[in-house]
Amino acid sequence: MAHFKVENIGISFGGIRAVQGVSFDVRQNSIFSIIGPNGSGKTTIFNMISGIYKPDSGRVVLDGENLTGLSPDRIARRGVARTFQNIQLFGNATVMDNLMLGRHIHMKTGVLSGFFMLGKWTPCAREEVRHREVVEHIVDFLDLQSVRDQFVSGLPYGKRKLVELGRALALEPKILLLDEPSAGMNTEEKDDLRIWIKDIQEDYRVTILLIEHDMNMVMGISDRILAINQGLKIIEGTPAEVQKHPDVIAAYLGEEDIDAHDQEHRDMV
Amino acid sequence: MDMKRDYYEDIEVFSSGTVLFWSIALFVFLFTLPLYLSSYNIYLFNIILVHVILAVGLNILVGYTGQISLGHAGFFAIGAYGTALLMTHLGLPFFVSIIAAGLIAAFFGFIIGLPALRLEGPYLAIATLGFGLTIMHIIGRWDIFGGRMGIQAPPLDIGIPQWGLSALLDSDVKMYYLILVIAIVMVIGARNMMKTRIGRAFVAIRDDDIAAEVMGVNLLTFKTLSFAVSAFYAGVAGGLFGFVLGFFDPFTFNLILSIIFLVMIVVGGLGSVLGAVMGASLITYLQYDLLKNVDEMPYLGDALVWFSRKFFTVIGLENFNSIMLGLIMLGIVIFEPLGMFGIWIRIKKYWKTWPF
Repeated sequence: MAHFKVENIGISFGGIRAVQGVSFDVRQNSIFSIIGPNGSGKTTIFNMISGIYKPDSGRVVLDGENLTGLSPDRIARRGVARTFQNIQLFGNATVMDNLMLGRHIHMKTGVLSGFFMLGKWTPCAREEVRHREVVEHIVDFLDLQSVRDQFVSGLPYGKRKLVELGRALALEPKILLLDEPSAGMNTEEKDDLRIWIKDIQEDYRVTILLIEHDMNMVMGISDRILAINQGLKIIEGTPAEVQKHPDVIAAYLGEEDIDAHDQEHRDMV
Repeated sequence: MDMKRDYYEDIEVFSSGTVLFWSIALFVFLFTLPLYLSSYNIYLFNIILVHVILAVGLNILVGYTGQISLGHAGFFAIGAYGTALLMTHLGLPFFVSIIAAGLIAAFFGFIIGLPALRLEGPYLAIATLGFGLTIMHIIGRWDIFGGRMGIQAPPLDIGIPQWGLSALLDSDVKMYYLILVIAIVMVIGARNMMKTRIGRAFVAIRDDDIAAEVMGVNLLTFKTLSFAVSAFYAGVAGGLFGFVLGFFDPFTFNLILSIIFLVMIVVGGLGSVLGAVMGASLITYLQYDLLKNVDEMPYLGDALVWFSRKFFTVIGLENFNSIMLGLIMLGIVIFEPLGMFGIWIRIKKYWKTWPF
């Protein structure tokens, strides 16, 4: 039985078929990348997996459990966490509070026990401290100590990307969806991120689904790659297989002049 | 600079020796207040404390969860009428009645919270406004609620008189201690709640509800919970308010009151328990005391009366207090958008870094 399976998934928005019949399997604890030009439906696939959109057809299955059509919070409880392309953090809360929200599904404190949190020995305070310890490991891991108690809205872009990654990790997901994690980062930050993603795979034993435009990173860390164009699957395979596929070259990596343009565009970003 | 040794210190109520010292000083001051103040001022303080409870609850909904309510006077009314009627008609003890009335208000809060799943901003404002007005008019037409004539609050006995355990609070000063204790419990409780999972989920919904949902926060549960908790605070505050006034009618709980409640938390600082306390205190003080007879104040009052006679009407403008209150609100919102809490933060920073 496959660990994570997307079967024949599809969705249309007012007659535009954004994703049509895409299927893929992901092995446990592997890194699986989705590539494709802008507007090809990569983020839409993520939105369907995490429940923000309900697919018109097809199924999403994690460890034999059907996630299709569940609300996003139920899907999160079943072990799916994600980051967003355009960072969606809780801006007027501290880094610590953002990370602690990642522990939400693991905590039980209700209104009454929260109200009567009168000392270190109360159940609510004990739970709080226990989860703060877990989060503190993530703070260490992602090197966020210096901004731990700062408000997220005031942080530089690269740090906010990391906080979002940390928040998703705090959920202790089985599968982690990263939507363009390296967008807007400089080369040095990208190198760090690459190491972190590898570490997350190894230390946290998480399956990673990655949408990424940086081809060096995608080819370097992915176990398998899915290439899509205009909502349709082109090929799924190992980095070497995908790189060689003529349709991928035509649709995404492009011919000589398009490649140059793409490089230029990336440099601008 | 205090070094933290323990994660619990992040969420402790009295997070440092300084905070503990000033909190104790404040408690001592509050508990000895009747020694220095006249009876009228104690009455004023009772109203302030009632408003503090309500404002802290309203801030949970508006400031922390980012929902709006123009109907909190309705929950306030449910609390006031509920407590009084449960005591007079069913003969329930005070504490049972006020908690029951709070829970009834919370139930209505839950119901009003349901449409909040779909409604946002102005639409939610209209829905809650409708609720506030409806409650006022239903109460005004129902005999058991005394109709438009209003009702008299029963004698405030916090014991169980049927069992011979009578503890009658028959003066403003005795009532003051009851309200003070309840207010302290409610404020610290709110502050605790906001430091836990519940408060973080509220803030997450306010800042980005899609991200909150993707992180496992159930929007239905937590939006309705926020309405219910907020309404419970309003209900308890209303229950106490009935006894402070002694006599009340449906029009005590009008639309303007709902708006004044919003003013309190905006002026005090949205999304801060301390801000709500400060805002409720300031606005109530201005409204009931400082600005009540603003036209009789030396110099300022004369100037205002002269000004209004000269430029507006022959007899002078009425409602100077409303005009002044409006100007003060305008000033605070323009110059310190974070409200009094923002001012407080800056003062604290100034002293911490003094003399640099």
